[in-house]
Amino acid sequence: MGIVILLIAGLAGIVFWWLSTQRLGSKPWLEQGAIGEFPGTGATALPAGKLGLGVLVAVIAALFALFLSAYVMRMQIGDWSPLPKPRLLWVNTGVLVLSSAALHWAMRAAGRGERDALAGGLLVGAASALGFVLLQLLAWRELVALGYGVASGPAGGFFYLLTAVHAIHLLGGVAALALPIAKMRRDAPAGEIGASVELCALYWHFLLIVWIVLFAVLLLT
Amino acid sequence: MVDTAFGAPGTIPPAEVADVELYHPHSFVTKYVFSQDAKVIAIQYSLTAVAIGLIALVLSWLMRLQLGFPGTFSFIDPNQYLQLITMHGMIMVIYLLTALFLGGFGNYLIPLMVGARDMVFPYVNMLSYWIYLLAVLVLVASFFVPGGPTGAGWTLYPPQAILPNTPGHEYGIILMLVSLIIFIIGFTMGGLNYVVTVLQGRARGMTLMRLPLTVWGIFTATVLALLAFPALFVGCVMMLFDRLLGTSFFMPAISQLGEQLKYGGGSPILFQHLFWFFGHPEVYIVALPAFGIVSDLISTHARKNIFGYRMMVWAIVGIGALSFIVWAHHMYVSGMNPYFGFFFATTTLIIAVPTAIKVYNWILTLWRGDIHLTIPMLFALAFIVTFLNGGLTGLFLGNVVVDVPLSDTLFVVAHFHMVMGVAPILVVFGAIYHWYPKITGRMLNEAMGQIHFWVTFIGAYAIFFPMHYLGLLGMPRRYHDMGQTSFVPDSAHTLNAFISVAALTVGAAQVVFLFNLFWSVRHGKEAGGNPWRATTLEWQTPQTPPGHGNWGDELPVVHRWAYDYSVPGAERDFIPQNEPPAARPA
Repeated sequence: MGIVILLIAGLAGIVFWWLSTQRLGSKPWLEQGAIGEFPGTGATALPAGKLGLGVLVAVIAALFALFLSAYVMRMQIGDWSPLPKPRLLWVNTGVLVLSSAALHWAMRAAGRGERDALAGGLLVGAASALGFVLLQLLAWRELVALGYGVASGPAGGFFYLLTAVHAIHLLGGVAALALPIAKMRRDAPAGEIGASVELCALYWHFLLIVWIVLFAVLLLT
Repeated sequence: MVDTAFGAPGTIPPAEVADVELYHPHSFVTKYVFSQDAKVIAIQYSLTAVAIGLIALVLSWLMRLQLGFPGTFSFIDPNQYLQLITMHGMIMVIYLLTALFLGGFGNYLIPLMVGARDMVFPYVNMLSYWIYLLAVLVLVASFFVPGGPTGAGWTLYPPQAILPNTPGHEYGIILMLVSLIIFIIGFTMGGLNYVVTVLQGRARGMTLMRLPLTVWGIFTATVLALLAFPALFVGCVMMLFDRLLGTSFFMPAISQLGEQLKYGGGSPILFQHLFWFFGHPEVYIVALPAFGIVSDLISTHARKNIFGYRMMVWAIVGIGALSFIVWAHHMYVSGMNPYFGFFFATTTLIIAVPTAIKVYNWILTLWRGDIHLTIPMLFALAFIVTFLNGGLTGLFLGNVVVDVPLSDTLFVVAHFHMVMGVAPILVVFGAIYHWYPKITGRMLNEAMGQIHFWVTFIGAYAIFFPMHYLGLLGMPRRYHDMGQTSFVPDSAHTLNAFISVAALTVGAAQVVFLFNLFWSVRHGKEAGGNPWRATTLEWQTPQTPPGHGNWGDELPVVHRWAYDYSVPGAERDFIPQNEPPAARPA
């Protein structure tokens, strides 16, 4: 459980740092009075969407940290045998990087107010994310053809499990792209669209990092 | 509704909020069914949780009938008994207590207490409830599938949870795991809302140190839940793989009835680690909101500021952090490395320190207070005693050498029912009596409340106090029938019958409570806006029950902390949080 404990310790660090800026040592019973007298302790200035995404990312990070904790604990039992590493996974990783880059580009375009570039970025991002999921399915087929099905051993079981959970989160992201697209369709203000696209881009980058960690674990074990 | 300029130094956000920013329901369906108003969602959550909780209550009656009068009720066979304990435990812990404290009280109280118009993401909040309802329906469906619900015990330990011969291994266990997965997804949606609303939706002047402890408790519990539920999620998904796809994450090589099963190499202890990594924070997910609520009840009904507010806040945060490093004290007998036991026993005893601080502070709040023995106060006082009782037996069980012989006896059952069954439920009742006037505009009937309180409180002790004694005798838990056992004397069987009678009596008292809930909606005494003369913001709404958007045209502005009771020199014995300070001498 070491991995998840580390993650939670990190999150606790962030929480305690933030709490330390909130005057938790003050004596509220002595402090009556108007706003403005106690600087910096009001509601946070971060937009709700970003804050919500941050919390969601922390939850998903905990989820994958727990999967990896289970992975490491299960590995220590005698029957572990490594999986063949399909070359295709390198291609998939490239496609996911492309997807993340496209959304980053879309975010930049939204910031500059370039509608066409934004639409293009979103389209490429969504298409390459879907492409990534399809390629993952091909990697599954390749492994199954080699005789490494889901019940072939613990390494196989974890491979299908982790790639599936990751792909489901990515598909959730693709579904969430409907939001900025809907906003573009009804000509919402540029700032609103930009905020929406930014959230998607951040989520994509996060899922890219998760995939890179999962891929590295797979390659190393 | 959400002002991004909140809190930026030197800026004061506008008090008036443009009307268009609020979501407005237009029909009966969007107002009461698919509502995005946190108050309606709170009531939906609460009613669903209470409904499924009543099912769990009936299950406990059946168990008590079997335990108290073995052999009399032939329709309860050993397999059904296992199904009863499993479903009773799982429903009470997750589908009732977690959903009620966070989905019910969290939704109702957070926006009102922090001075917001609604949750930050109302649509996601609505989804959260409907997904929770789906989880409940999937769970209920398991009563009707062939083989019935799972009988694996509420901890669902593999390998027996998915082996043939465990009741419900065909469909029951699958539906249970799926239902938990759905519940966690729904909870995460709600939890996002509670956290972000507390961080981001607070009214002007509502600093963290002016938050009522109820909000602190629910907020911290939500953070714990968001990080702990994924562990249960991982355990459920992996067990579902073992059950459906034939992987061996948790399943060791095993043969049954002389036949070698397809599994091999998996680790049941791995599941236990995942389960209890969720399971222990879960205790505090239920306890922290109860701590918070009880602090507010005691302060309000003793007309005195809470003693040691800062310490109370620090204790809540400290307990929350510590609760992540005590989980393996549930696993002393699992065969894990004995050195772990030493570590986890130490952390378990450390967590008693902030918890004890809270108990002392409640008692010191009462000291020389102007105590009004209202129904909410009676429940709050009963909570302190009960939580202390359950907490003390927790110190016994936290030590490895004491736990090993007591493990799997009724002593453990008595301990956890006291500390996380009876104690939080007493707070739930107290909170309902306290906030019901705000939710409906009418008081709950006092006489029925007195009957409900005394029967429930004394009855709970009649049930669980003797159970400690049965546990010390060595009477095991989860047994359908003790049979002829030399170490269990006849008097123990008599005691068991007594416990069963007490349990049925307490159950009957809940019918009085339910009747009161529905009767008082129409026939209760008119409550007015602030019947308890309380300081917190939810009592200062322009309408009772609060209208859509909570606050009329202007959001409240907070000028003081939540506990200005009996301030010397003040006109009244309470000063609402939104009352400006009297003009100061220049």
